[in-house]
Amino acid sequence: MHPLLRPPVKPELILRKKKGILRELREESVPRLRKRIAILGGSTTQELAALLELFLLDGGIEPVFYESAFGLYYEEAMFGEELGRFCPELILIHTSLRNVARFPAMTDSPAVAEQRLDAEYGRFQAVWERLRERFACPVIQNNFELPFVRPLGNRDGWDYRGRTRFVRRLNERFAAHAGAHSDFYINDLCWLSADFGLRQWSDPIYWHLYKYCCCPDAFPGLAYNTAAIIKAIYGKSKKGLVVDLDNTLWGGVVGEDGPEGLELGQETAEGQLYREFQGYLLALKERGVLLAVDSKNDPGNAEAGLNHPSGLLRPRDFACIRANWEPKDRNFTWIAGELGLLPESLVFADDNPAERSIIAAQIPGVEAPALDAPERYLVTLDRCGFFEPASLSDDDVKRGEMYRANAERVRQQGRFANYQDYLLSLEMRAEIAPFAPVYLARIAQLTNKSNQFNLTTRRYTEPELRQFAGSPDYITLYGKLDDHFGSNGVVSVVLGRREGDTVDIVLWLMSCRVLRRNMEHAMLDALAERSVRAGASRLRGFYFRTEKNGMVRHLYRDFGFSLTREDGADTVWELPLSGYEKRNQVIRVNGEEEDDGQKTDF
Amino acid sequence: MDRRQIFDTLNGIFRDIFDDPALTVGEETTAAGVEGWDSLTHITLLAAVEDEFGITFAMKDVVEMKNVGDMASAIEAAL
Repeated sequence: MHPLLRPPVKPELILRKKKGILRELREESVPRLRKRIAILGGSTTQELAALLELFLLDGGIEPVFYESAFGLYYEEAMFGEELGRFCPELILIHTSLRNVARFPAMTDSPAVAEQRLDAEYGRFQAVWERLRERFACPVIQNNFELPFVRPLGNRDGWDYRGRTRFVRRLNERFAAHAGAHSDFYINDLCWLSADFGLRQWSDPIYWHLYKYCCCPDAFPGLAYNTAAIIKAIYGKSKKGLVVDLDNTLWGGVVGEDGPEGLELGQETAEGQLYREFQGYLLALKERGVLLAVDSKNDPGNAEAGLNHPSGLLRPRDFACIRANWEPKDRNFTWIAGELGLLPESLVFADDNPAERSIIAAQIPGVEAPALDAPERYLVTLDRCGFFEPASLSDDDVKRGEMYRANAERVRQQGRFANYQDYLLSLEMRAEIAPFAPVYLARIAQLTNKSNQFNLTTRRYTEPELRQFAGSPDYITLYGKLDDHFGSNGVVSVVLGRREGDTVDIVLWLMSCRVLRRNMEHAMLDALAERSVRAGASRLRGFYFRTEKNGMVRHLYRDFGFSLTREDGADTVWELPLSGYEKRNQVIRVNGEEEDDGQKTDF
Repeated sequence: MDRRQIFDTLNGIFRDIFDDPALTVGEETTAAGVEGWDSLTHITLLAAVEDEFGITFAMKDVVEMKNVGDMASAIEAAL
């Protein structure tokens, strides 16, 4: 991260230095994802675009912007031809309270006020539906900040004619729409403006002079928040948090003070702070952020601290606990390996600035927010927005469980004579089938997040994936893997495109949580079977090299494909389908009989 | 703070905003005389000046500002 863009957001500094920051970001030669982003504005959009560019470039996304003519968000969404030619891959609707056209009048009856709400909501709903028809791409919609004045005083918040009440109800309707539609995201202006300070946020001078929806100092935070949503959509949110123990999860040093001597619980103000922080981490864990411990402690002491009767986090809440006297950066890397994640997808939380700077210096890309006083831990970590979720699938909620089950599998592995026996002992069962609506959110999430086991690293939005599923030219497959320790959920995605007698493997990816389980064998079998059924006689695989997918560079070779083309590190491979023999012998697929590992049904 | 000190501080702000360490502004400098001084940058500039000097311009000052000299006068009046 660029040092000036690292949270907490420092608005004055960013505004003042943004030209220099942009120059420095452009000078970096790092691979970035290029995305066409349309900003449809109800107020001035240039400042937002300029700041968004900084945060996106910094986050690995190179935006190409289209900005609507001033205030014409509705017209351009509904009819704009230039927008059509731009072909946006993501649309941001930058509206605010200034764009609410129909506030209730004091003379309105409740029924008329209701009609106004319907009309106001209807205008936005029409925009969203039209954009969905035209572009089928993710849409980010600002909700509304509360009015900064209250003609009805406190009554403004509850009377049906109150503007405050009206805005709250409108926001509630937006939220309901978000709940019912995937690929639709709310940029929570209502919360952001409250957090910033509504009075300053809404200083009217900036609307009347420049048609800004908020004061200049509010823009960097708004852009940071918007960029966090965009990064989440493209799978760039962080996946886990690695925490220290002493003076991070509790006050005191468990090895010296003993568990009973720790500040944790309701007895003291400091103890309450740590308990509240643990509660926040538990909430993160419950929605799918992985937690791990990296602590200089004897394992027994770490365990005792985590079993403190007033604590909220327990050892089982951590996907991985590493308590020893090794350097923390070494443990951090070990934890990432254990979880099958890239180190930079984990955030480090430690009260000790020396440990933070060692990790940040030794492991590129790892963020270590400055937890400098327990009363600020919560807000410091929360405002980073590192864990912004693009969606919340059942799998997210169960993720911690899955990783823990994985750790158990690793322990069991030691007890078998050979790996095949171990795999058979897992009693793995897979469900491999064409994309199903119920799994699309997860399929999109996986498609946008997987970096390591990913042959082509093509990113697709949910609507695009839905289109593939409905097209006769494509063979779509998702793979879900269960075993006797539990379910891993949907872990693999394959997309084949028919080209004459050949099926091109456009996409093949797998979650690293099921590496070395032979799930890729089962996926290839399923693709081969369906390709033969579709009349194809050959599979063609592509390996596009990225910084992160080195682990699969020999995948096609190892599966017996022949190399047909080589372009630098990128390779193309082919495999004839006649006489195809099933690779998978350890996973039962789609409830088939147990002893048919060799069976071919084509 | 005298007018010369105000200009010293203003130069620091201008250099940051226009990303040009050699930039120097004077009483008669206008937007036309500085490359990249468009309306958007103007807003950023005013916000940075307000933050740096700890003042708030009246809307009237903003509308009537014609050159950097006017800006310095508005700062003097507000300090």
